[in-house]
Amino acid sequence: MSTTTSGGGHGDDASRRDFLYIATGAFGGIGTALAVWPLIDQMNPSSDVLALASTEVDLSPVKEGQAITVVWRSKPVFIRHRTATEIEAARNVIVEDLRDPQADEDRVQQDKWLIMVGVCTHLGCVPLGQKATDPQGEFGGWFCPCHGSHYDTSGRIRKGPAPANLMVPPYEFLSDTTIKIG
Amino acid sequence: MTGRRPVTFVRPTLAVVAACVALLAAGPSMAAGDVEAPKSPGFSFQGPFGTYDRGELQRGFQVYQEVCSACHSLKYFAFRNLRSIGFDEVQAKAIAAQYEVMGGPDEEGEMFERPAVLADFIPAPFANDNAARAANNGALPPDLSLIVKARAGGEDYVYSLLTGYADPPADVELGEGMDYNPYFGGGQIAMPPPLFEDGVEYADGTKASVDQMARDVTTFLTWAAEPDMEARKRMGIKVMVFLVLMTVLLYMVKRKVWSDVH
Amino acid sequence: MSSPGSGNRIVQWIEYRLPIFSWLDHTVGSGYPAPKNLNYLWNMGSLAGVALVIQIVTGIVLAMHYVPHGNMAFDSVEHIMRNVNYGWLIRYIHANGASMFFLVVYIHVFRGLYYGSYKYPRELLWWIGLAIMLLMMATAFMGYVLPWGQMSFWAATVITNLFSAIPLIGEPIVTWLWGGFAVDSPTLQRFYSLHYLLPFVIAGVVIVHIWALHTHGSNNPTGIDVKGPQDTLPFHPYYTVKDLFGLGLFLIIFAYWVFYNPNYLGHPDNYIPANPLQTPPHIVPEWYLLPYYAILRAIPDKLGGIVVMGAAIGVLFLIPWLDTSRVRSATFRPIYKQFYWILVADILILGWVGANPPEGYFILIGQLATAYYFLHFIIVMPFVGWFETPRQLPDSIATSVLDKGGGADTAKEGAP
Repeated sequence: MSTTTSGGGHGDDASRRDFLYIATGAFGGIGTALAVWPLIDQMNPSSDVLALASTEVDLSPVKEGQAITVVWRSKPVFIRHRTATEIEAARNVIVEDLRDPQADEDRVQQDKWLIMVGVCTHLGCVPLGQKATDPQGEFGGWFCPCHGSHYDTSGRIRKGPAPANLMVPPYEFLSDTTIKIG
Repeated sequence: MTGRRPVTFVRPTLAVVAACVALLAAGPSMAAGDVEAPKSPGFSFQGPFGTYDRGELQRGFQVYQEVCSACHSLKYFAFRNLRSIGFDEVQAKAIAAQYEVMGGPDEEGEMFERPAVLADFIPAPFANDNAARAANNGALPPDLSLIVKARAGGEDYVYSLLTGYADPPADVELGEGMDYNPYFGGGQIAMPPPLFEDGVEYADGTKASVDQMARDVTTFLTWAAEPDMEARKRMGIKVMVFLVLMTVLLYMVKRKVWSDVH
Repeated sequence: MSSPGSGNRIVQWIEYRLPIFSWLDHTVGSGYPAPKNLNYLWNMGSLAGVALVIQIVTGIVLAMHYVPHGNMAFDSVEHIMRNVNYGWLIRYIHANGASMFFLVVYIHVFRGLYYGSYKYPRELLWWIGLAIMLLMMATAFMGYVLPWGQMSFWAATVITNLFSAIPLIGEPIVTWLWGGFAVDSPTLQRFYSLHYLLPFVIAGVVIVHIWALHTHGSNNPTGIDVKGPQDTLPFHPYYTVKDLFGLGLFLIIFAYWVFYNPNYLGHPDNYIPANPLQTPPHIVPEWYLLPYYAILRAIPDKLGGIVVMGAAIGVLFLIPWLDTSRVRSATFRPIYKQFYWILVADILILGWVGANPPEGYFILIGQLATAYYFLHFIIVMPFVGWFETPRQLPDSIATSVLDKGGGADTAKEGAP
């Protein structure tokens, strides 16, 4: 046994050996990475959660000037039946001056119905302003109590730390008084 | 290992092998007891590369819908799962809409019936176990979601049971409302024969013989018990190939590293 | 001993403050000299370590989805199987991983038994190993309860009822274990808590086990002590690469179960939700507990059965002193070697009896096999040690390797 000396320095042998070691190491690395993926992906939404992705809402009981909150994907969705004054206020701004420039027309399908996810784009709190008694911020829309973001009557960010407007979810009008969110 | 003295009074390996053989031989015969061993008709999903036949799955679902579901629930089956047995979204939604599920509460706090959507689970025939027993002569029809995995013999057992109804032998006295089925423990089953020639009319025109319906619904129930079986076997091939290559490489590395010792 | 990469400045910076690299080097690196003649049975220790890690990692992930409540446990397991991304894979790895863990640990124990690894100076190492085995059994049992199927429920009922055999305080203890008047949701929740805790206790005891191992180093197939550097090889790279090759083979077998026969080692009844009103006709534990189960049933007395079953493991703690031979390895003990294999067969027979209903000739076979089990340790072990003439031991590990023809592949010199 001790007489066999597998030379460490001989070019061919050494390079073939190195190749073997590198190939094996690479193989093992790839295998480990692939094995880790299921452990990560299991934390993504499961198929039953994904299946609950749409909600239907009947709008008929919501009077002008009122707002309701419904649940979609475990998040609050604000639905506001806006008054003519509120629509006016939302359209009467210079869009280019906004932090997140977006025209009110691009945020609604029907002027009187403003539908958006009620989650502050700063750090995820639910802004106040749904109830008449709530503080509605300096622009008559919503006010986030966590860090003081002010949203206007189109749900656009006007003041405070939030970087973007309240998100408008995908929705469609199934009839004049019924919408499907998601 | 030269000069081993012949003191061997039991060949060690032989003793272990003999014990193992005894284990294997005696295991199944004991487990069988007085119940007939299930038939093995052979299914497309068996074996390491087996997959479910989409036609069998869809026909099997139809048999479940039109026959089994009168008494048996399938509680882990949601309408969205229809997509994985080969129905497209429109078909799946249409099937779901045939069912009414409990919705609500509405503004007045009342519950109401609404058509099912893809996210809903297929409704059970009875409100609870007691209602199911009351309607079935005291016997509880088990939920079928896991029936194939919950019975020794699996798919073969379910198929054999469905096709195994027969006239009782002379020495068997049947209880009130019972049927003879040699594949069922004790030989007497409270479920009347569920399948009859042309008991369903298959949408794809397949002849609905008892054997065909049993095969189809067994396939469907196997899928219901193990919906990810195809994904599992597909992944298994890749993992096996990878591991074998990896192990061969590691063996070569091991040989290389140890070459200066030997 | 300089560890590989000791030239690296970051390594040096850390090493100066926390000598973790030299510690690793002395534990599993080139600084740990291992006997050069270790065969593949010596792979089982590292495989057990890998199996423990796999169980902990998959278990932590499963705990993110599992609900430990009597009304929801079964459904939550099916939720994992059907809805969670790769949930079926992770659960099947965890369920079959328990069996793979026991498989390698049992081979590990039988290897120690054959080569006398429990003898001086490794008695404590052996004891710590047995403690790990007991902790594994407790963990596996409580894990088996969690899916809350019929087997889970009735296993919990039967095992907890063992404590009712304790005179006087048995009943209050069982009620205390249950947190009620029968196995129910409170029982499930405490088992879940302990099932999550115990693997980390095992991991801690494993570290102590390795510490004890490294104090005198590994035993080897000849059972004779290392006499000098000519008898050893650095653990790295020789045994690290050999362990990795063994790991590859282990994972192939593991993957077979997970991907192609994931429910074979389980029981169909555990896919029936727990029903406190109906016991399944045959309740059997998992395969790795069958021999003990057979011993329990061999004694027709409640307390007696439990005492004898406990003694079956208890006696293993005594074998460093029951074995009177001055030779460690059974390779050089012609008579003891025969008895060793009879014991292996006896334990397999016990497992077979445990898998079958306690009826007819199984009762007698179970009782004979139980009697022989104790006979082996209490009578055969000391007496054979006294009267047997061992074969000539090699002068050293190095010469034993040379005797086998220099190039003998270590793979072939495993168990004869």
